[in-house]
Amino acid sequence: MVDFDFKIIIDNLPFLWSGLMLSLKLFCIALVGGIFFGTLLAMARLSSWRILSYSSAGFVNLIRSIPFIMAIFWFYFLTPMLVGKITGQQGEAVGPFTSAVVAFIMVESAYYSEIIRAGIQSVPRGQPWAAYALGMNYWQSMGHVVLPQAFRNMLPIMLTQAIILFQDTSLVYVVGLKDFLGAASKAGQISGRIVELYIFVALIFLIICFAASRLVKRVQAKMDAGRV
Amino acid sequence: MEWKFFLEQAPSGGMTYLGWLGSGLLWTMLVSASAWIIAFSLGSVLGILRTTPLKWLNLAATVYVEIFRNIPLLVQMFLWYFVVPEIIPTEMGDWLKQTYPYLITLPFAQFSLLEFSAAVLCLGLYTASRVAEQVRSGIESLPKGQTNAGLAMGFTLPQVYRYVILPMAYRLIIPPMTSEFLTIFKNSSTALTIGVLELTAQARQINEYTFQTFPAFAAATLIYVVITLTVVFLMRLLEKKVAVPGYVAQGGH
Repeated sequence: MVDFDFKIIIDNLPFLWSGLMLSLKLFCIALVGGIFFGTLLAMARLSSWRILSYSSAGFVNLIRSIPFIMAIFWFYFLTPMLVGKITGQQGEAVGPFTSAVVAFIMVESAYYSEIIRAGIQSVPRGQPWAAYALGMNYWQSMGHVVLPQAFRNMLPIMLTQAIILFQDTSLVYVVGLKDFLGAASKAGQISGRIVELYIFVALIFLIICFAASRLVKRVQAKMDAGRV
Repeated sequence: MEWKFFLEQAPSGGMTYLGWLGSGLLWTMLVSASAWIIAFSLGSVLGILRTTPLKWLNLAATVYVEIFRNIPLLVQMFLWYFVVPEIIPTEMGDWLKQTYPYLITLPFAQFSLLEFSAAVLCLGLYTASRVAEQVRSGIESLPKGQTNAGLAMGFTLPQVYRYVILPMAYRLIIPPMTSEFLTIFKNSSTALTIGVLELTAQARQINEYTFQTFPAFAAATLIYVVITLTVVFLMRLLEKKVAVPGYVAQGGH
């Protein structure tokens, strides 16, 4: 049994903080990118244009049937190759953070597109028809009529998915990034105090995610009350 | 693109690279299946407890779900593998770490029983919290009248659960339970961080030895997709077979 020495956490606080900031940065970019591309994917999926709807469905189902870590590995190896192709420079250094960002946006857009698709379908068909009757085009009816209602309906589920996304950022450990978990792991290896550091990481995640999930419950309750 | 290398002799295990993939798949399935047994049984108990009037057990189940749902899976994996052996009594920790290594030499991969059991325990207990939520919402989606009718017929509460509530609830939650199983199947790849040589780990290892990045990952991806599609197909058949007449399946997941 080890003797706990939680002083190690105080000593490593700045390092752990920078790790947490990296996790948060990845979380924010992936959240915004995932919702943006997820919306486009959902619209493509519901399009009457077959090629568009089939390719969107294919991409989403492919991403959803492989492990997140597998997707991270794919983009870890593919992104440098793609960037090299685009810029014409071979062996361009892209770095694990950029490739992780690409992987997270791709994976999250697939997950969010399923949520948003359900949201769009929850809006009665008469709404876009009424918008078209008023002379709006597809983008106007989507942007002003359908999507605002869809997002409102889906807000609790989207927030829950955001909490899962925040937890999933710890997976970038597999490409050696110093996110919150990666930083704790590194500090633990140097000091030999891995036990205290992992317990600390678990506690911080528990506090953040539990508080966030309470908040989501409140939003849900408020919306349920407003719907009567 | 060169695919023939899969049939070449790999540097270890006395088999081809294709054999490495096969061994990885076997370990992925072993880990997922063992973890699913824990997740399904414990998750069912917790989910049922959360719907019963037993106040303390209900609270305990809620606390369990909140803790296991709000810590990232990978962090939990490290807790089971790195932290637990250190905080249990020294002799026990040493026994776990020293007696077991390389006990599992079964099909072609070498890693310790500590790694395997940590992965199974972690995935099982984590997924149990998600299964519990599915079971609970399945039970809560049934009309209250079913319980009351059962009680009015003179059934005890356990009897109502056994003969009325659960047979209905489990049929209704087949689609979400299917996706929970597929989640465990995919999440088993996190076990690679503690040294379990499952499918994703083997793909990475093949890439490291041969530099055939695309074929290595494409082959593993294909295996994941085929298994996912097969499971979804089989569960749809099961869902149709056990569907309650007159009860429209909720569908989706």
